[in-house]
Amino acid sequence: MAQQLKWQLGTVAEIRLETPKAKSLILELPDWPTHLAGQHVDVRLTAEDGYQAQRSYSIASPPGDKHLMITVERIEAGEVSPYLTDGLRVGDRIELRGPIGGYFVWDARDGGNDGPPLFLAAGGSGIAPLMSMIRHRVSAGIKVPTRLLYSSRSYEEVIYREELDRLSAHDPTLRVIHTLTRRRPPNWMGYGRRIDRAMLADTAWRPAEKPLAFTCGPTAFVETVATHLGELGYKPERIKTERFGPTGG
Amino acid sequence: MQDNDLRLDGNAAGGLLNEIFPFEMTAAEATCGGCGTIRPIGEVMLYQHGMGAILRCADCDTALMRITHIRGCYRLDLSGMTNLRIASEIHQQEVHR
Repeated sequence: MAQQLKWQLGTVAEIRLETPKAKSLILELPDWPTHLAGQHVDVRLTAEDGYQAQRSYSIASPPGDKHLMITVERIEAGEVSPYLTDGLRVGDRIELRGPIGGYFVWDARDGGNDGPPLFLAAGGSGIAPLMSMIRHRVSAGIKVPTRLLYSSRSYEEVIYREELDRLSAHDPTLRVIHTLTRRRPPNWMGYGRRIDRAMLADTAWRPAEKPLAFTCGPTAFVETVATHLGELGYKPERIKTERFGPTGG
Repeated sequence: MQDNDLRLDGNAAGGLLNEIFPFEMTAAEATCGGCGTIRPIGEVMLYQHGMGAILRCADCDTALMRITHIRGCYRLDLSGMTNLRIASEIHQQEVHR
């Protein structure tokens, strides 16, 4: 995109409570080009005295949707996220620019149903750009075999849980594997620890299947996933990384 | 939360870089002057501060690019990189089967 992005005003059309700490903002933008799954927007807040704070948020909605969705996790003592999660009401406007990014993106049209299998690894709110990819896969009708390994602290903190359950229940080519690192419901049958090499060896596609991997989450999470996938035989250029959302603060 | 958890990567610098360059920059590939590693900007480390940002090599920590924006003027210190390859076409995800 050989052009400069302009700041524009988005109107909050809907606020969705995703988990006790995370909310999705569904935004109406009059002048929005389409985006690619995995891209983000910069959000800018300006205080009355002119002080500005800016953060990047991944787009969670798929390309072609009428509205743009970002999901914000409240960071205690953060400068921007508490305002976005607690201070905004439907009809309020926020300033943003985008879409941004050409590295951490997936376009279903590139390979269609013959594209490489996808291995997605999410840590917490790092699910957002991967959810855009999963939703894009659905809306484009593409059935490339896809596995999502999703690490959350507890069952209540699994963002988009019902939608992921519903999508994977109706689609044998989409598998969602959860791990809950802190608290687990009684009779939990899934993983109950942080992602490690053994878990990746059990869940990721084998390198011979020529998969493409995307991982997004806190820095330590992303580096663990990227390092172990590399050790398991994934080539570096087949592992796309995005550290912490980006949702810091 | 520790500072380390707030460390971002070059993906989050895409908007800032677009203020300066007319192209999508997170997929641009930088060659580190310290260790010679070539990585997309999206993969290198990003440290943001009040007046700008520093991109550092993910392998050896060399400062690849220092960007400041002060009083209506951008300044770029690129002395930490030996090459920057920027695709001039709209970047599409490459698919290797």
